[in-house]
Amino acid sequence: MILATAHDPGPRGRFGPYGGQYVAETLMPALAELEAAWRAARVDAGFGAEVERLLTEYVGRPSRLYRAARFGAEVGATVLLKREDLNHTGAHKINNCIGQALLARRMGKRRLIAETGAGQHGVATATVAALFGMPCDVYMGAEDVARQSLNVFRMKLLGARVIAVESGTRTLKDAMNEALRDWVTNVGDTFYVIGSVAGPHPYPWMVRELQAVIGVEARAQCLAAIGRLPDACVACVGGGSNAAGLFAGFLDDAGVALWGVEAAGEGVATGRHAATLGAGRVGVLHGSKSYVLTHADDARVGQIAEAHSISAGLDYPGVGPEHAHWRDTGRARYVARTDAEALDALQLLARTEGILCALETAHAVAAVAEVARHHGPDAAIVVNLSGRGDKDMITVAGKLGVSL
Amino acid sequence: MTAARLRARLAAVAAERRAALIVYLTAGDPTPAATADLIAAAARGGADVIELGVPFSDPSADGRAIQAAMERALAAGGGLAAALDGVRAARAAGVDVPIVLFGYYNPIFVYGVERFAAAAADAGVDAALTVDLPSEELAELAEPLAAHGVGVIPLLAPTSTPARFAAVQALAPAFVYYISLTGVTGAAFDAARVAGDRIAAIRAATGAPVAVGFGIKTPADARAVAAVADGVVVGSAVVERIGAAGAAAPAAVEAFVRELRAAL
Repeated sequence: MILATAHDPGPRGRFGPYGGQYVAETLMPALAELEAAWRAARVDAGFGAEVERLLTEYVGRPSRLYRAARFGAEVGATVLLKREDLNHTGAHKINNCIGQALLARRMGKRRLIAETGAGQHGVATATVAALFGMPCDVYMGAEDVARQSLNVFRMKLLGARVIAVESGTRTLKDAMNEALRDWVTNVGDTFYVIGSVAGPHPYPWMVRELQAVIGVEARAQCLAAIGRLPDACVACVGGGSNAAGLFAGFLDDAGVALWGVEAAGEGVATGRHAATLGAGRVGVLHGSKSYVLTHADDARVGQIAEAHSISAGLDYPGVGPEHAHWRDTGRARYVARTDAEALDALQLLARTEGILCALETAHAVAAVAEVARHHGPDAAIVVNLSGRGDKDMITVAGKLGVSL
Repeated sequence: MTAARLRARLAAVAAERRAALIVYLTAGDPTPAATADLIAAAARGGADVIELGVPFSDPSADGRAIQAAMERALAAGGGLAAALDGVRAARAAGVDVPIVLFGYYNPIFVYGVERFAAAAADAGVDAALTVDLPSEELAELAEPLAAHGVGVIPLLAPTSTPARFAAVQALAPAFVYYISLTGVTGAAFDAARVAGDRIAAIRAATGAPVAVGFGIKTPADARAVAAVADGVVVGSAVVERIGAAGAAAPAAVEAFVRELRAAL
């Protein structure tokens, strides 16, 4: 079975005070239908077997847990990299898309839609749509279409239609608004594949469970590799799906510290960042209550603030509601790393291990030294290497002053 | 009893044996200073109720026309506080038309629900309609508002099951807003698809008058809906005229509302 964790947020989808279903009435019956289908599928042996078969044969799971000795020496700890970058399509996003597309088929939905920021979730959704022969529309902010042209081309080659969203800030949040508008219009035959542990219930729970394979594998692999559990797990957090997937495997291991790393952009103090848990406040966005980057002065009260990060995948003003709960309860702690620190970390990992990670992932890599200092030189740290960096080479070259 | 002025107005309209005309405006569009004048103009034209939209940066239930109106309003300094100021100014000018504040939950939540309830009552708001608070989540707003005499307006949709009607009845609203189609505001409208028997079923199950909105753009659309509903909401067609008219918006709104009202 794929479905490993016992943490069920209940019929109202609550993680402490967070989560819920803050959506238009038109979508409520669709969410009820989705929740019922998900509850049935997750305990259905046939569904679990089909997910597992595709994760093995198509995605290439289990992904490796690789001991990064030279990088570990740099930061002063035993560092184990969970190689989600080696999955088909190059990131963890495919784990979730396989499960949701199988669920869509089981529910008789004929069409998939998705939102995407960096394009990784869009590529993963377009990939499973091609695999299952389903039409697929991907909403992407016009700003992101311009800065992620390679992924736009990949999605088109895979047969998806990419719709550039011109409203608002023309980034991921606006793409999600437009996907919600599509879903509310075509709710009868369309399945909305949400790419993160965000959105209305049951998405945050369902996506965490479909990504839990990362943590479940990593836990067993760590025990096999070093004979004990790690002292800490580290993952980057935008919406938070790769972190939730890794953390899910260790939630009940109280001795394993969980570290989420947000994007500090140009620095949290500059206001140009995406550190929602670190510097945001509680609000309601895209169907759930969680931390949000939102204005609080009287003139702009409740308007969503613009996020900023070098990494399009972290450039989002919200965060999954379960992360908000873990933050408040102290089960996980959240730190932030700047654009510059992420760029440095990307280069350090490349030079010490021969691994080019995604800019999103580089934020997690950049925090490993702090985690190592916190837990001491004998610490073992699992880092979720959530995606590979090929898609970011043009951005990185530009930041380093190299023209390709 | 919440929203007394709104209930009284709808009862008076029903006694005239016609449907109520509910006119949507976005607060702050084209400028915050214009809001009170536009409310007054719509009332002069014959609007029975004003639905005043609070501009939001992420209006995921709205189509292009209202998105554009909200963007104009935000660029001009509009927002929740300015919307409340607009209502207060309209009331100070003697405008007595019932006003339903329409919008998304985050501005209210971040402003503070208790603080909002007091400010809305003080400004002269009769009820609030939040598109992203379905009946499951509505209590957290409805209860504080009720303590200040302000009502909530729940929504029902073509996809809503009869089980959901009961949750709406429990709120005892001044009216129910029925969404005419599965889609966003301003979508293509087909009067033939507005099912009178479904509206009658909602009226019977909820015990409340039923207003129908989304996509109603012309006097002919309004007349067709008025034949089966207790109220007709016109929004995108109004804000498109505001967008086109600029400084002449009050006169344009008054004239269009008069046309709509004549059709009922």
